[in-house]
Amino acid sequence: MSEIKGKKEPLLRIVKRAELPGKQAFALRIFSVFLALCAGGVFILLIGYNPFEIYKTIWTGAFRSQMAIQATIKLVIPLVISALGITLAFKMRFWNIGAEGQIIMGGVFASFFALFFTNLPHVLLIVIMLIAGIIGGGIWGLIPAFFKAKYNTNETLFTLMLNYIALNVVVFLRDGPWKDPESSGFPKIARFDKNAQLDKVLGVHCGWIIALILLVVVAVYLSKTKQGYEISVVGESHATASYAGIHVSKVMLRTMFLSGAVCGICGMVQTTGSDMTLTTAVAGGVGFTAIIVAWLAQLNPAGILVVSFLFGVLEKGSSVMQSTFGLSTYASDVLQGVILFFVLGCEFFVRYKFVVRGGAKKE
Amino acid sequence: MKRKLLAVLMSAALAVSMFTACSSSNTGSAEKSTDAKAESEGSDSAFAPIAKEEIKVGVIHITDPSEGSGYTYTHDQGIVAMQENLGLSDDQIVRKNNVNDTDATAIETAITECIEEGCQIIFGTSWGYMDTMEALAEEYPEVIFCHGTGYKSNDTNFSNYFGRIYQARYLSGIAAGLKTESNKIGYVAAMGKENSEVTGGADAFAMGVYSVNPDAKVYIKVTNSWFSPNEETNAAKALIAKGCDVIGQHCDTPNPQLEAEKAGVWGVGYNSDMTKDAPKATLTSTIWNWGVYYTDAVQKAIDGTWTPEVYYGGMQEGLVDIAPLNEELVAEGTAEKIEEARAKIMDGSFNVFDGVIETNDGQTVGEEGKTLDDATIKGGINWYFKTIVEE
Repeated sequence: MSEIKGKKEPLLRIVKRAELPGKQAFALRIFSVFLALCAGGVFILLIGYNPFEIYKTIWTGAFRSQMAIQATIKLVIPLVISALGITLAFKMRFWNIGAEGQIIMGGVFASFFALFFTNLPHVLLIVIMLIAGIIGGGIWGLIPAFFKAKYNTNETLFTLMLNYIALNVVVFLRDGPWKDPESSGFPKIARFDKNAQLDKVLGVHCGWIIALILLVVVAVYLSKTKQGYEISVVGESHATASYAGIHVSKVMLRTMFLSGAVCGICGMVQTTGSDMTLTTAVAGGVGFTAIIVAWLAQLNPAGILVVSFLFGVLEKGSSVMQSTFGLSTYASDVLQGVILFFVLGCEFFVRYKFVVRGGAKKE
Repeated sequence: MKRKLLAVLMSAALAVSMFTACSSSNTGSAEKSTDAKAESEGSDSAFAPIAKEEIKVGVIHITDPSEGSGYTYTHDQGIVAMQENLGLSDDQIVRKNNVNDTDATAIETAITECIEEGCQIIFGTSWGYMDTMEALAEEYPEVIFCHGTGYKSNDTNFSNYFGRIYQARYLSGIAAGLKTESNKIGYVAAMGKENSEVTGGADAFAMGVYSVNPDAKVYIKVTNSWFSPNEETNAAKALIAKGCDVIGQHCDTPNPQLEAEKAGVWGVGYNSDMTKDAPKATLTSTIWNWGVYYTDAVQKAIDGTWTPEVYYGGMQEGLVDIAPLNEELVAEGTAEKIEEARAKIMDGSFNVFDGVIETNDGQTVGEEGKTLDDATIKGGINWYFKTIVEE
């Protein structure tokens, strides 16, 4: 966007910045968090509470005891795993909005074995469920990639719509073939047998270990392997990739399978480690939150760990805040929204700046 | 390349599962120690008395009590009554609101937060909390878990509570049966025939209608959801369009009453007294006084006498009742008829599901001189009374 100097120059224009130096961008982000807390504080004041007390409660609510820390970590696990899955697709500039559905299908496939092959040896069953989760999520990722590769369909809409199909697959199974026969008419799927539940390590289901392993695997895959390199080339430009002899649709199919598969693992971990059953809330919006997490972390696996952790703290702390102060749950949703608004808005200022009429700089 | 990746994933999976297999034996040392404590404190029913100032009560709600009329509001009024009766302070009650009862993780988070805050007794009010509460009861044997509705309990620290709301429904049916002019009464039901709680309630309502007006039919419409404002509105609309002039309900919101009022017909509310929502339509409401149970349970926890008995209170205990009749609307003689039936329920000479009952598919249920047992009432009523028409 070059300088446009005309008679009707608008009062404010948006101009893309030159790359901000790392330090400055970092400072801007810290500042945005500060502003977010201030704006959130104003909201808290308006509803008649002391912002310092509320923030303190959020923080201590997430860490006040061993149990609280464990619960916080439990919230972080699915965010990390699904954000990693999304990162694979986003690196390729394939806008996979379907993590939600891929999580669900991973959960569905894993649940099949949890419900009907309960008597297998524990370790074998867990491994089978993990593979099932990978396949379930992978297929759900592969479908939009296939249509994109073959017919150049819009992947954003396609993956989004598949979320609702996946959700209703769960409804169908819950109300029909997988309905718990002992539930006296209430539609639900039975709770998994202990044998089909993920073991706990240090008081939290071992999904956290899976998340950490995946974190390393994805980081290495993206930065150190040929396939990872292919993904970023395809992301930059399909034409360049083809010219360099990269089979674009093959990379697309492979990467989306992996992206879906990682989200599928998240579904498996949630059903067998956290929910112990399959419900319509298996993904519960995690697939969408993970998109924000992946973006805020700038598709950097280590960043994903940090951002997911902060999201986990915010969510766990808000829940404690809600009951401690007798606030409506909606109030804590508003507070979370205000904070997110500023943090995300900051990314805009990292890339663009406003220019006032006459060209004077405004920061 | 593909194979290599798969190999990496597989070996990672194996590593994880081996890790977990060997570590599963030493999980949660904290939990273990509390286990031991509970055991050392003694026998099967033993919870040590808790000083009144020290007891903390956790409540898990499916919606927000501020909805002001339906299920959660009614339960919370019970909690408030308990708090007043026992003189507990506000910070002794920990409420977790809007806990989705299909989201097991959210349920677990809410309950463990109550435990974190030191709650010794936790009430879960929605059906879907059952399985998670059962599992957590095992994990935290030192905490008392009470689950409303549902059918599960254990013999140490997990109990189930519900009530004979069908008794109140029978009485409210009398008001409906006397009021109807079209002899068509509508009934918005949350769940279908396979759900005994809803179906038994509809049967009791229809039997109440039948006792004063054998010609009236009860048209039932199922929403398949405990809480679904739109569906409840639509069901009521459909029933009114069918010609029903009294709308009964077993669902969460006052919407059916509001629809009845809008259409100029009448209704029978549920959960709380819905004359506050639809004063020109609601004849009476079947209501819960949950405070009776909550006071009793928390008092026992304070006294150290709590046992995991399955609580199934009724009109005699004061747990269920009908709201005061809307005198301007009810037909003449309604109060007398209801008092007559109420007296019989109170002295035990009438139990609603007495003797041989005819169903709407030509079968019969029950035996002469006997009454249905509680297990059947709670889990085995899957038939509609003969005057019920399924929509």
